[in-house]
Amino acid sequence: MKTDDLIGLLSNHVTRVDRGAVARRFARALLLGALGSLIVMSVVFGVRHDLGSVARTGIFWAKLAYPLAIAIGALLAVMRLGRPGARAGYSWALIALPFVAVWGASLFVLDGAAPGERLPLVLGHTWRTCPFNILLLSVPTFPAVFWAVKSLAPTQPRLAGAVAGLLASSIATIVYCLHCPEMSPAFWSVWYAIGMLMPAAIGAWVGEKLLRW
Amino acid sequence: MTTMDDERAIVAADRVRGPLSRRLVNRGTVVVVEDAESRLKTLFVRGLDGDADAYRGFLQALTRHLRGFLRRRIPQYRDDVEDLVQEVLLAVHNARHTYRPDEPLTAWLHAIARYKLMDFFRSRARRESLNDPLDDYAELLADTDDEPAHARHDIGKLLEHLPDKQRLPIVHMKLEGLSVTETARLTGLSESAVKVGVHRGLKALATLIRRLP
Repeated sequence: MKTDDLIGLLSNHVTRVDRGAVARRFARALLLGALGSLIVMSVVFGVRHDLGSVARTGIFWAKLAYPLAIAIGALLAVMRLGRPGARAGYSWALIALPFVAVWGASLFVLDGAAPGERLPLVLGHTWRTCPFNILLLSVPTFPAVFWAVKSLAPTQPRLAGAVAGLLASSIATIVYCLHCPEMSPAFWSVWYAIGMLMPAAIGAWVGEKLLRW
Repeated sequence: MTTMDDERAIVAADRVRGPLSRRLVNRGTVVVVEDAESRLKTLFVRGLDGDADAYRGFLQALTRHLRGFLRRRIPQYRDDVEDLVQEVLLAVHNARHTYRPDEPLTAWLHAIARYKLMDFFRSRARRESLNDPLDDYAELLADTDDEPAHARHDIGKLLEHLPDKQRLPIVHMKLEGLSVTETARLTGLSESAVKVGVHRGLKALATLIRRLP
């Protein structure tokens, strides 16, 4: 086929581009993914029974804000990475800020604790399982996010894959907060971070293949 | 100016105006380039709104720019230039919804062309590591004619690999110029299935091209 014929093929009856399609696809993917995570969480782990009382504490909302802020930053970053020529810009800061804030809070808490209490604060009761629980809850969100990102055109598939993985795991972590009994920033700063970064690493690994176009 | 300064100036020009303008900045004809950017952009944006003539004009102008760009970038692979031009055209078409009118069009186009060029280098390197090194001599001797470049892969033939519900809408609407309604009547598909078929078919075509040896 000559290039002129291809141009004809592409331009004949070209349809108007629906500018809201990408946003709708992301909205659908994130909602369905979160719903899937919620179902897995309630079946496998169960909602914490003191959720009603703990939801009245500030620390619970601070804990929820941590993955939520990362999710917002990752969403903005991946939407920009999916557009050729656009730079991720300030969305990197939005992703980094929650990590830095929680690490800061963690240092503050550990600094105020007696030397013997520090390790138990970091390890909590569930450090062995926490990252893997987040990984499990990312199983529904991960393909959903990748399906949405595939509708864009990332020119750095590995990086886009990493951020897509982080978006998937941060949503999973928001859901996990409804179960997880750990209430110390010292715990979140390590085990939540590991739980969120594992799917990001997997995303970087598979992004090269899955997000090519 | 030293080469380093040149590079820096080029990067700075890229940031401000997008890469297409860069070459011309170096020649001191800024006006011409900004013309090209705004002319291309007007046509492209009208194409996004469904203006087929404007879109055809955009693709034709882009083809000329791409040929020049690629012939300069890969002078040693002249036979591949037209293939790559077609690949980039298809990629631009399939990614056209990722362009945001508030960003320079040339930056967006350059990012796509660059991505496809990198892809070409990667597959080329893979192929060459498997091939008989004698190929290089053969290529040298084969390169004697001044014929107008033609693509080696045939998009028309690749179309035959698509499933009917993608191929038929493309053939009727895009090659024969029938309307959505007529295509729907002929194929027995719904009108939205016809549109989806065209969209998915062109994406599948891009994937087929990428997998060619």
